[in-house]
Amino acid sequence: MARAATTADAFNAVAEPRRRQILDALAGGERPVNDLVRVLGLAQPQVSKHLRVLREVGAVDVRDEGRQRLYRLNGHALKPIHDWVKTYERSWSERFDQLDVVLEELKQKEEGNGSDE
Amino acid sequence: MAATSSGTATVTLPSDKQILITREFDAPKHLVYKAWTTPELVKRWWHANRGEVTIAEIDLRVGGMWRYVSVTADGFEVGFHGEFREIVPNERIVSTEVYEGIPDAEEHAALNILTLTEVDGRTTLTVLVEHPTKEGRDAHINAGMEAGMQDAMDLLEQVASSLR
Repeated sequence: MARAATTADAFNAVAEPRRRQILDALAGGERPVNDLVRVLGLAQPQVSKHLRVLREVGAVDVRDEGRQRLYRLNGHALKPIHDWVKTYERSWSERFDQLDVVLEELKQKEEGNGSDE
Repeated sequence: MAATSSGTATVTLPSDKQILITREFDAPKHLVYKAWTTPELVKRWWHANRGEVTIAEIDLRVGGMWRYVSVTADGFEVGFHGEFREIVPNERIVSTEVYEGIPDAEEHAALNILTLTEVDGRTTLTVLVEHPTKEGRDAHINAGMEAGMQDAMDLLEQVASSLR
């Protein structure tokens, strides 16, 4: 189950702030590359490089329309990240449910002892 | 779950190197602090229903070490340790955290910042986990993914036995 740390991985793909900016820009709908170049304020080759990484993990889809390349978000590919956060969250929730029980006991003990900490 | 439960933990990813965990408790902060820093008490809640905490060592002073080891029901052992960097009793603890299950673990140590804020006898707890590198957070994520697989297997087992 060990996963190689390559860029062909949704987690790595979104770890780069510029790539998250691209995803944010595409969240509003399909956009041509030129739009993204303008929004990010980067040179086109750099934007294309980030788009390639995002395409490799399936986070964005591309289609040609006339002379334009249009990119759009594919949220499905980002599901592993969502799932991971949910798993992590559940693990902490269960931990804290146990902590509630411990705290309830400490509270009762403290009330029983008056001002004693 | 426990009748005293005050809600679920929320986890957010404020940046590409950070994880933020937040939860409110129906108890004053000095008791949350006590439950967080007393080994016998940590053993009772840190297992997250995934097994048993076999080791909980806490040398609560700046420069002191902590170490937790837990073993799942099927024998999978995970260990974490770190060093206390800053301690404000009942309010704030800054410590490092090393997940022992990865190669070069020490290099990937995360920094954990615990804060406790009390309002009207209720305490909001936050833990901000800061990884020094993207690789460090990836390793943490991978550990989470493995735990997720374990959860999935446990669920599958429950479903399977309910069909009998």
